[in-house]
Amino acid sequence: MVDSALNILRFRDDALVSDPAVTLEAFTDQSNALAVRIEPGEDARNLLPHLDRIRLVEVNFPAFGDGRGYSAARVLREAGYTGELRAVGDVLVDQIAYMKRCGFDAFLPDQPLDAGDVENALTRWPDVYQPTTDGRVPIWDLRHGADHG
Amino acid sequence: MYKYDQWDQAMVDARVAEFRDQCQRRLDGKLTEDQFKPLRLMNGLYLQLHAYMLRVAIPYGTLSGTQMRALASIADKFDRKYAHFTTRQNIQYNWIKLEDAGDILADLAKVEMHAIQTSGNCIRNISSDHFAGAAQDEVVDPRPYAELLRQWSSFHPEFSYLPRKFKFAVIASETDRAAMRLHDIGINIVRNDAGELGAAFYVGGGMGRTPMIAPLVRDFVPLDQLITYAEACLRVYNRYGRRDNKYKARIKILVHELGAEEYTRQVEEEFALLLAQNIEPPIAELERIRTYFEAPGFEAGASDELSRSDPDFAVWTDRNTQPHRQPGYVSAVISLKPVGGIPGDATADQMRLMAELTEQYSFDECRVTHTQNIVLPHVRKVDLFALWQKLEAAGLGTPNLDQVGDIIACPGLDYCSLANARSIPIAQQISERFHANGKGDILGELKLKISGCINACGHHHAGHIGILGVDKKGVENYQLSLGGSEAEDTSLGKITGRGFDEEGIVNAVEISVDVYLAQREGGERFLDTYRRIGMEPFKEALYG
Amino acid sequence: MKILTGNDLKTGAVTWWDGSGWSLHVDDAVDAGDEADAIIAREEAARRINAPYAIEAEKTATGVRPAHIKDRVRGLGPTVRLDLTLKPGDPNAVREVI
Repeated sequence: MVDSALNILRFRDDALVSDPAVTLEAFTDQSNALAVRIEPGEDARNLLPHLDRIRLVEVNFPAFGDGRGYSAARVLREAGYTGELRAVGDVLVDQIAYMKRCGFDAFLPDQPLDAGDVENALTRWPDVYQPTTDGRVPIWDLRHGADHG
Repeated sequence: MYKYDQWDQAMVDARVAEFRDQCQRRLDGKLTEDQFKPLRLMNGLYLQLHAYMLRVAIPYGTLSGTQMRALASIADKFDRKYAHFTTRQNIQYNWIKLEDAGDILADLAKVEMHAIQTSGNCIRNISSDHFAGAAQDEVVDPRPYAELLRQWSSFHPEFSYLPRKFKFAVIASETDRAAMRLHDIGINIVRNDAGELGAAFYVGGGMGRTPMIAPLVRDFVPLDQLITYAEACLRVYNRYGRRDNKYKARIKILVHELGAEEYTRQVEEEFALLLAQNIEPPIAELERIRTYFEAPGFEAGASDELSRSDPDFAVWTDRNTQPHRQPGYVSAVISLKPVGGIPGDATADQMRLMAELTEQYSFDECRVTHTQNIVLPHVRKVDLFALWQKLEAAGLGTPNLDQVGDIIACPGLDYCSLANARSIPIAQQISERFHANGKGDILGELKLKISGCINACGHHHAGHIGILGVDKKGVENYQLSLGGSEAEDTSLGKITGRGFDEEGIVNAVEISVDVYLAQREGGERFLDTYRRIGMEPFKEALYG
Repeated sequence: MKILTGNDLKTGAVTWWDGSGWSLHVDDAVDAGDEADAIIAREEAARRINAPYAIEAEKTATGVRPAHIKDRVRGLGPTVRLDLTLKPGDPNAVREVI
């Protein structure tokens, strides 16, 4: 999972996209770009017309306290994006679990992650209260035996 | 009241383990303070003026006797034998050690309590009506909806790094006993013309630097869309709330800058998209939660008689009890505002007594009010005298509900690193002044609120009389405001003019009260007289 | 003078740089002068202090008086609970701090 050479933590089996991620602005001009990077102030919905060709979306977290990227991730997954969704920047192990729930399946933080801390973070929560696109059945559905729609 | 099932318990237990691990990593130096701070804040742990302060959540202000007793034990074992009840229905401990934090949270988890999200840029404790389940005018008990929202907002993966803190209040009556429109989201559970229950959403209220009253964003959200609508409101905020300026980061600024109409449009657009995601809980979940809030086993035909032979008891009953929907019962208010005391503080011994009284006299349920008192919601009238005697003996029987002595005060510069001035000594002096001069007894309802800084944790904007502590070249100074109201006639107080020093502000309050006494007509409260005669007579008296 | 203060990482107690370590008593505070930043960086990295900062203060006949009221309150304790302060028996303590 953790490629220590690249500092990347990844939960996908497909090949790593080697194309550099272009800015959102550049992306809309380049019809062959398949990797794009979103900044916190940019609207991820701008990518919706192009989801078919995108294989990597990097979401930048310049400061871990800026939580806009979590909404960007969910918006993309809810719209049906199935490519790699990678959190980059100031990403600490304490944010990984929530990020994963929001749809991130890859992490490339500025500071390397401790494998033990990552393991703890990912196995910490036996269940979840809210449904997201991660498919985990929320507690309120477990209680009533319903399948998450 | 709500009881955890094994899933709720597992979540709280997991959080304790997570925080223990985070504390250890901080102590070991694997986390810097900058990295640790948001994590500890999301577990209610502040670094305050004298030590760490822990804010424990009391969801919608409801507590059992066992829980109150556990809170007392924590005060004894880990703090200095007292605690402080807050204006958001929570409780605070002022002398906490970081190395004890994990153990404290573990003790809390044993009694189904926690400090989850009581600070930080996330969704905070959801407040509600402290007379819920007892009030004669409520449409339904609002707390099941608060509980549903509590679970939805706990560990929410998208909304844990918001631009700023986020506070909900949920009520279910026309009378607003929870300052609902002064919250980021205020919800009023109402009935439509077809008699169906739904939620009216008010978004963008708040106090602090720029107080605002929340506009109505949607007058009726069906109950089976409650969570989806809340999610839409939060997502718009998380995406577009300002992050460039800490003092402009609340949702009230976003709603104000976009305009309520545009904010609403964006919410409705997001809501339509979210509906397709099926994120709403099954209605069976709300029904399951409701079963915990059914009326307790009231005694049918309980006596409605109350002896008034003891004059002190009669005064306390008149002031500190509220009519109950069940004949023969009242809600009783335990005052944590003894004359000259520290508003909202209780000793561990007092807390243990309140736990006993909760179990003995109120079906094992009590409430913390946002005005820093404790309510026993369901007391038989026949038990009231015995209850009162026990309260009196413990210094908890002050008959001053909503009177000038029932002061709301933040901890201020005595405890809080954000403060500019001390608020508690002002509260103490005002309390003593109006007790000594006898005026406290003839003023009627007068809601006086004191904040030690512009963050307004004392809710001074909503005070009939409000006091704001400021820093005037390193010396404490106090601004006086008049005419605020936290009730359904919500209004924000207006500053009288120049500020006053410590002695001056106490005099200024008395001068303002004297203007009221001279001018009041009929059964007018201070607020009513102010609204009728305006600021001028007060300015005249204060500044000449 | 320029003195250094912060909170003990483990206990949260307010402490003051006394030249070789961190004292609970503001009167022990020494003038850190030009070394303030270096001391803060070193001590914080070693986790002997949490959230340290430098403040102005003056030496008085009886000890050290921080320039700002907030730090004077930190040096004493809550003025409304003398019993919880560092000077529970001193009736003048509050007046001196304000």
